[in-house]
Amino acid sequence: MADKAPLLSVKELKKTYASATGPVEAIGSITFDVHAGELVCIVGPSGCGKTTLLKCLSGLLAPTSGSVRLDGAEVTAPPKKMAVVFQEYGRSLYPWLTVADNVALPLRAQGIGKAERTAAVERAVEEVGLGHAMHKYPWQLSGGMQQRVAIARAVAYQPEVLVMDEPFAAVDAQTRADLEDLVRRVWQDLGVTVLFVTHDIDESVYLGERVLMLTNSPTTIQEDLAIDLPAERDQLSTRALPRFTELRTHVYEQIQRAKRGELVR
Amino acid sequence: MMPAVRRSLVSVGLAVGVPILLVLAWALATQGTQNLYFPTPGKVFDAFTSTWLTGATMTKHVLPSLGRFAIGVVLSIVIGIVAGTAIGATPWLRSLLEPMLEFFRAIPPVALVPVIMLILGIDDSMKLAVIVSGSVWPVLLNTIEGVRAMDPVLTDTSRSYRIRGALAYRYFVLPAASPQIMAGVRLCLSIGLILMVISEMFAASSGLGYQILFFQRQYMIAEMWSGIVLLGIVGVAVAAIFQLVERRVLHWYHGSREVSRG
Repeated sequence: MADKAPLLSVKELKKTYASATGPVEAIGSITFDVHAGELVCIVGPSGCGKTTLLKCLSGLLAPTSGSVRLDGAEVTAPPKKMAVVFQEYGRSLYPWLTVADNVALPLRAQGIGKAERTAAVERAVEEVGLGHAMHKYPWQLSGGMQQRVAIARAVAYQPEVLVMDEPFAAVDAQTRADLEDLVRRVWQDLGVTVLFVTHDIDESVYLGERVLMLTNSPTTIQEDLAIDLPAERDQLSTRALPRFTELRTHVYEQIQRAKRGELVR
Repeated sequence: MMPAVRRSLVSVGLAVGVPILLVLAWALATQGTQNLYFPTPGKVFDAFTSTWLTGATMTKHVLPSLGRFAIGVVLSIVIGIVAGTAIGATPWLRSLLEPMLEFFRAIPPVALVPVIMLILGIDDSMKLAVIVSGSVWPVLLNTIEGVRAMDPVLTDTSRSYRIRGALAYRYFVLPAASPQIMAGVRLCLSIGLILMVISEMFAASSGLGYQILFFQRQYMIAEMWSGIVLLGIVGVAVAAIFQLVERRVLHWYHGSREVSRG
């Protein structure tokens, strides 16, 4: 895989915000590649600029310097091949549209015909287990179900890269476990590349094939770690593996070091 | 009895009972009086049926009034929403225009009547201009505010899914601003009705406002009062139609608020 050109390539990305007290350096310098089909978790201490990084990756925010390339083309606006799932599910669904219409709207924007659209929407909503709620409004659903709708919308869009910004930070633990398994399943079923941002160390190790650890702001990459857990993961047995514990301990220590500002490579 | 049923019976009782009580009080207060200015409800009722429920006044005065009102408020709503979404979505345009808009809104529209008469003469276009000059502001300013206050997460969502142009306007911008827009429309309707009457009191030869003034000058006091009653009925009917439309347009808004209140 290493000799193939990366799908997503981030090079010396830097983001500085202007503020009343002078410029604030949110992202120092970040460089990494993601290859097609990977599931990469990005984890870092809270307030380390994860959301800023994600907005730069998805073309919602222009970096101060450096570049993001998707399939070789520089990202300057939201690219067609990327879908984003936001943390605030309650605010990223259109409350005036039903579940089906929420999922269908991006497809309409792409000019996909009605028959094809309906089929794609049905498939995606079934995939996340919400077939019974097609014609409900998002606010009639629980938080976890709303985030499922957002995932269905991203899946129906058929992106090459699926970017998720702490999508499960606001749901309860049980729902969270279900949604984590849903992400793994979607990734395996669709062969999509997933970039999953989280502040939860266990979640990053359980989900990822690879974990990128970030430092405190100004953010750089602390470590790029391959997760050598079996491909079939299960909430009980995977989390009970000695290797899982080793990996999470390692990530935890690295994050603690990052918080103290020690850069260890 | 179910509490919900009891509640709705009570509200129907209030809606019907209170007006009846008021009319009774009016009848009692005016019983046997010779006061010219405050006729009994019976006299006003007779004047009402003989003045307004005849074909001639209907076509000569009532329908033209309602037509001008309808065209005026529809113009106000369309202009307000179209201009408001454009201004609200363009930050530099907004900061450029907003202080000026506040200034124009602060001018009592009635003060513009002589100016508008000078420019447009005394025909229907003058009356429409008077209605629009006052009732466009709440729609315009509320639309600007509604578009400005759109949720940034939803804006990012629309951007990242590349929902743009007419589709974004129809399915994102308009619905997102619709609670504010509808609040503006409600104000627009009541201001529009007031201005309809006022515009017909200047250099007019037809309409409800003209008729009320005409009866007053002819000392036809019961008829004058009956015109005011008709205006009240029109106002109530307009408010009822608005409420029906508002419930349909904002059903998602009321629904989600009920859910979040638990």
